[in-house]
Amino acid sequence: MRTADLLRFDFQVLNRHRFRALMMLIAMSIGVAAVNLLTGLGEGAKAFVLGEFSMLGKNTLIMLPGKKETSGGMPPMMGAAPRDITLQDAEAMRRLSGVVQIAPLIVGMSEVSYGSRNREVMIAGTTASYFSIRQLSIRQGTALPEVPSDVASPVCVIGWKVKQEIFGERPALGQWLKAGDRRFRVVGIMDAKGQALGMDMNDLMLIPVASAQALFNQEGLFRVMIEVQSADMVKKTKQRVIDTMKLRHEGDEDVTVITQDSILAAFNKILDTMTLAVGGIGAISLLVAGILIMNVTLIAVTQRTKEIGLLKAIGATDRDVLQIFLTEATLMAVLGALLGVILSETALFIGRVIFPDIGFHTPPWAMVMSVVIAIVTSVLFAWGPSRRAARMEPVNALQGRN
Amino acid sequence: MIELQHINKTFQLGDQTVHALDDVSLLIDKGEYISVMGPSGSGKSTLLNVLGLLDQPNDGHYLLEGTDTTQLSEPERARYRRDHIGFVFQSYHLVNRLNARENIELPLVLAGIPPKERAPRVDEMLQRLSLTPRADHLPNQLSGGQRQRVAIGRAIIMKPQILLADEPTGNLDSKSGADVIELLEELNQQQGITLLIVTHDAAVGQRAHRRIRMVDGRIDTDKNGA
Ligand SMILES: Nc1ncnc2c1ncn2[C@@H]1O[C@H](COP(=O)(O)OP(=O)(O)OP(=O)(O)O)[C@@H](O)[C@H]1O
Ligand SMILES: [Mg+2]
Repeated sequence: MRTADLLRFDFQVLNRHRFRALMMLIAMSIGVAAVNLLTGLGEGAKAFVLGEFSMLGKNTLIMLPGKKETSGGMPPMMGAAPRDITLQDAEAMRRLSGVVQIAPLIVGMSEVSYGSRNREVMIAGTTASYFSIRQLSIRQGTALPEVPSDVASPVCVIGWKVKQEIFGERPALGQWLKAGDRRFRVVGIMDAKGQALGMDMNDLMLIPVASAQALFNQEGLFRVMIEVQSADMVKKTKQRVIDTMKLRHEGDEDVTVITQDSILAAFNKILDTMTLAVGGIGAISLLVAGILIMNVTLIAVTQRTKEIGLLKAIGATDRDVLQIFLTEATLMAVLGALLGVILSETALFIGRVIFPDIGFHTPPWAMVMSVVIAIVTSVLFAWGPSRRAARMEPVNALQGRN
Repeated sequence: MIELQHINKTFQLGDQTVHALDDVSLLIDKGEYISVMGPSGSGKSTLLNVLGLLDQPNDGHYLLEGTDTTQLSEPERARYRRDHIGFVFQSYHLVNRLNARENIELPLVLAGIPPKERAPRVDEMLQRLSLTPRADHLPNQLSGGQRQRVAIGRAIIMKPQILLADEPTGNLDSKSGADVIELLEELNQQQGITLLIVTHDAAVGQRAHRRIRMVDGRIDTDKNGA
């Protein structure tokens, strides 16, 4: 039988049994869509997290108060109150060998107002070094002044979104903003830059760290960013930082130092587990679809016993009959997989529209695998019933006995 | 050209063995017109099925143009069915989702003949069966006589030398039945196709040049001539 004829013949069968075909198509496409959708979501989350932390740069350490036992992972949320990291601690880091520069960080929310406009803004207290560590660019004006970190001054640099929402089209440079009970003069406006480390740089106001300490009435630092000379010095420097802090804190190791690598490693572990779970779900749904295909093929063979007999009577070989039924199952699998891919792609597209920051994309390997597995499962499961059909004696089949 | 040698065919019905064909030997020449009659259960259909390679005998030999078909492999048997034998059934056995044209075309499709070659052959067949206006009709849109004509078209589209018809008029009224018989006889006379008709209708049976009567799986009488 010619391939074109075989396909046409099977399409006619599927068209004739539209409902059954549709059910099979749906089951198959759900299986394939599940795999693609879940891996797409996983990959999106992974890319998002990786993107966030790679902005950190390979040679940046982050020191935060509190001790977390495992390397990497998330900082502790509660537990015994650790000693504060003071500005003096941070300054001590600056003097360590291998350290290029440091930036202390205090973060808090405050109501910021200008004239009658006001809104809650995240405020970060830091120093001029922060701009170079985070590679923030200034759109207008200047960065924070290069002054010793313990000097407070009433200036601020604001993100683009803050500028838009508080000043609109009016000029902001040189204007005085009120944050809490203090006033800050706008000296710079940051360029649009995306989300990083959970902070939207557009929706941020930066002030000198000493001013932030006063504004939030808080001595301890939230983070200290430490830039190291080169990537291969990160490990050594990290140890130096920990040792120094231990000395300064009477022998208690009560800070956590995280590096890009340690964070990525931790996330990768989580994401790998997720991928495994996704694989499991996908496998189960494809198995279900496979069993459905087997049953449907079995029903088809039973219903079409006489037709099989007739085909044999007019010259079809066992192989022809096997081919007809396997092709039918394969067609279903291909169509179902295609539909599944379209479904998941549409869903992921919608996901990307809703969350433009997160790149939801099914990795090509997952797409190829899901389609291949769908087809292989179908053929595998349709094989038994199809072979049964192929082996029927023509006379028995013609009389509807199988 | 057809030779059956001591063919036996038994069926197991529970603990009972039914001898559907009991040591049947038969010689058929090319172009013969034979009717097979006999009481129900006498083995007429079984004989036809064996001749049509739809069923395999328990023992004995079946020579088709000198080839012992009992020695053939499955694909070879299929090839013989396709190229040498046409079958017409009482219940037509048309594929319901295919129209008249597609049903007639089916053996050509299975044989892997290219569409360009198929079309003129099917057109000619439709013409000859006076089915051209009905070409696009599905079987359930056709009368019994038309359906059987489609089935005959399908049986002879591969130009077989043997045409086996198992009660081809059994489901038809006398008028369409007579038409079908006329068509079969025409094929026998004009193309020299060897024709075997199983029938319960004595009038139909009498028309054949050679009349075989079966009883209890055996050939009871085998009469030649008018
Ligand atoms: N598949 C089968 N299983 C069991 N017994 C069978 C089978 N096919 C035929 N038989 C038996 O073999 C015998 C011959 O059957 P066959 O169909 O050849 O008869 P027939 O002459 O065609 O009868 P009818 O005129 O009713 O069509 C019968 O006794 C029948 O019951
Ligand atoms: Mg019969």
